[in-house]
Amino acid sequence: MSSRPVATLVEPFEEPERQHEAMVFGLWLFLATEILFFGGFFFLYAVARLQDPSGFAAGGHKANLLLGTVNTLLLMSSSATLTVAERAIQAEWRRAARVGIVATLALGTAFLLVKGFEYHEDLSEHLFPTMPAFPFTAVGAIRFWSFYWTITLVHAVHLTIGLAFVARLLWLDRVGTLGPRWMVTEATTLYWHFVDVVWLLLWPLLYLAGR
Amino acid sequence: MRSDDTGLFARAPGERSYLTEGTTLRSWLLSTDHKRIAILYAASITMFFFIGGAAATVIRLELFTPKGDLVTADTYNRLFTLHGVIMVWFFLVPSIPATLGNFLLPLMIGAKDVAFPRLNLMSWYLYVIAGCFTLAALLLGGVDTGWTFYTPFSTLYSNSYVLLAAFGIFVVGFSSIATGINFIATVHLLRTKGMTWMRLPLFCWAMYATSLVMVLATPVLAMAMLLICAERLLGLPIFDPRAGGDPLLFQHLFWFYSHPAVYIMILPAMGVVSEILACESRRRVFGYQFMVYAMLVIAVIGFLVWGHHMFVSGQSPFASMIFSFLSFVIAVPSAIKVFNWTGTLYRGTIRFSAPMLYALGFVGLFTLGGLTGLFLASIPVDVHLSDTYFVVAHFHYIMVGGSVSAFFGGLHFWWPKITGRLYSETFARSAALWLFFGFNFTFFPQFILGYLGMPRRYHEYPPEFQVWNVMSSTGAAVLAVGYLMPLFYLTYSLFHGERAPDNPHQATGLEWTTSSPPPKHNFLVPPVVETEAYAYHDWDEAPGAADETMQDERA
Repeated sequence: MSSRPVATLVEPFEEPERQHEAMVFGLWLFLATEILFFGGFFFLYAVARLQDPSGFAAGGHKANLLLGTVNTLLLMSSSATLTVAERAIQAEWRRAARVGIVATLALGTAFLLVKGFEYHEDLSEHLFPTMPAFPFTAVGAIRFWSFYWTITLVHAVHLTIGLAFVARLLWLDRVGTLGPRWMVTEATTLYWHFVDVVWLLLWPLLYLAGR
Repeated sequence: MRSDDTGLFARAPGERSYLTEGTTLRSWLLSTDHKRIAILYAASITMFFFIGGAAATVIRLELFTPKGDLVTADTYNRLFTLHGVIMVWFFLVPSIPATLGNFLLPLMIGAKDVAFPRLNLMSWYLYVIAGCFTLAALLLGGVDTGWTFYTPFSTLYSNSYVLLAAFGIFVVGFSSIATGINFIATVHLLRTKGMTWMRLPLFCWAMYATSLVMVLATPVLAMAMLLICAERLLGLPIFDPRAGGDPLLFQHLFWFYSHPAVYIMILPAMGVVSEILACESRRRVFGYQFMVYAMLVIAVIGFLVWGHHMFVSGQSPFASMIFSFLSFVIAVPSAIKVFNWTGTLYRGTIRFSAPMLYALGFVGLFTLGGLTGLFLASIPVDVHLSDTYFVVAHFHYIMVGGSVSAFFGGLHFWWPKITGRLYSETFARSAALWLFFGFNFTFFPQFILGYLGMPRRYHEYPPEFQVWNVMSSTGAAVLAVGYLMPLFYLTYSLFHGERAPDNPHQATGLEWTTSSPPPKHNFLVPPVVETEAYAYHDWDEAPGAADETMQDERA
């Protein structure tokens, strides 16, 4: 870590160590906000599941385990590729960094595509609670699918924002300032990992709950 | 006064301050200078304050007579919702932190700026965007759910613009999260040399405690508002009891934010008052460390008392008992603060200046508001008083009597620093007294109204309540004059006020060591701190000097 590239300083900082510390600290504060935000959803989940466990499980059984698992693998790999990119930037291996960023973008986009396909499948099976042909009447199942749609949409929005930030890294690389702005990469990576970890919690909660 | 000394942008020859660094609109709207962003915020919250105030005026006019003769029931619902939404999210929550906090926090800790200046500017833009959504909801016809958005009314039955308003509140939440993150990082990382944690002025501690609450509570509100949008927009039955939703869940999520939000509004006020009381009585703050810990304890326990809003909503009686107990517990640190403020005044050389009058008013009104809070924290009393004017009076004592008084006090106290001009002390003192009188005239009768059983949120009432309502409405007229007065004499001072010296109150604190108004980067040379805060006198001049000296050596 001793040979990090010379960092671009931004106001009001005068030394890179302090700026680095502030950036990581600020991002963790933001993640604390995000944890509380998602915490509300997990509270919702706990209430729904405890009040009607059997109906909830029946609803959860319909979730597409295969696509959910594929998506989990995609996101976990994307976390790995972005970490590789981040380390490569700090070691000033520009080419490896670029490959890592592009791979992350591809994996993240693939996740959204698979998710879209899964939504399509869900809708063709009438798994949206307001549809007249929604197959369940149990309270728990309705709540499962309400939760499913809300949380996965919110997660997809987070992932899309993450993709925009990763795309920004690619743009910084193109204009050649990625090296001196390695701190931006670290912040982006932290956020990306957070979005992945949320999915890692959602995978068992959504896809394994009914099995 | 020189002849060229009048006019808003008139400056002393050769003066260089944050106000002279670019005078175009663009240089203001794209500024990342925390001082300019504070001014942008101040202008916007003043606008919202008067919009919210206009709604309150119509409400009080309607309640002058028992019959609903001025507005219909439906319009009345929209008016009090508008008043609540605007005053809570667009005035009170950002009031002290985003204006005085933004301006003063970096100055007080000897920093050039906040840790993330661009995020700071973004937070103002988010505030403006959110304000546009809320104003759009208002112009299209308003919202009739009350500021609490209780489900299932807000999600299933209300035909008003709930979606727009809820989205506006969702966005404004991120504005306050951005401010919170910025302040925490600033206090942690940008304190100047010698500024140890226990030397921080209490205003900084107040901003820190407030920011903790902003960062950890606001996302839950965002999430609750998002769920309202999901239910209204997509029809997902999250709160709809007919389809398996749980309306009570919304109340839990809403109050998990909105109770801590009360502390977002009152903690900054406590910080402001601590600064003013110490300076204007020329005393060290009594029990500084206890003041710090009291604020942190209030911020933490504030998260654990939300259920006291739900005693009559049908929650478990055991939960109610615990929430009641914790609500009593939170009165302890609040009382510590009141006692320490009084202790600070003891043997002080008190100057009854305008900021001091506001601060003393705060202590009295906050005490009354806090003690009536204990009535409401007690379950049997709350069952009687729930949703009556007693509750309305209680939270107005805290939020208006407390927060707004402190905001005005702070605005006067730091006005010379912010603008470089002095206001008219005579006008300012009379406005402070006028406001104190008008406030009590308006809201004290409401305690009695509530105790007698008048429910809130109705535009008609039985004639026997009229005498108290007439009193309250008359008081509101007095109060309105009190709020308009500073608008005039402060504006006048901008153009014609005498130039302020760097430290007009002979106060301690780094913000007073730089020029008035401060230069763009706050300090020409980074300051070094060698004493603890509030060194208004030697320790051995203090009552109980021996103990305090030991504290001094330890620090």
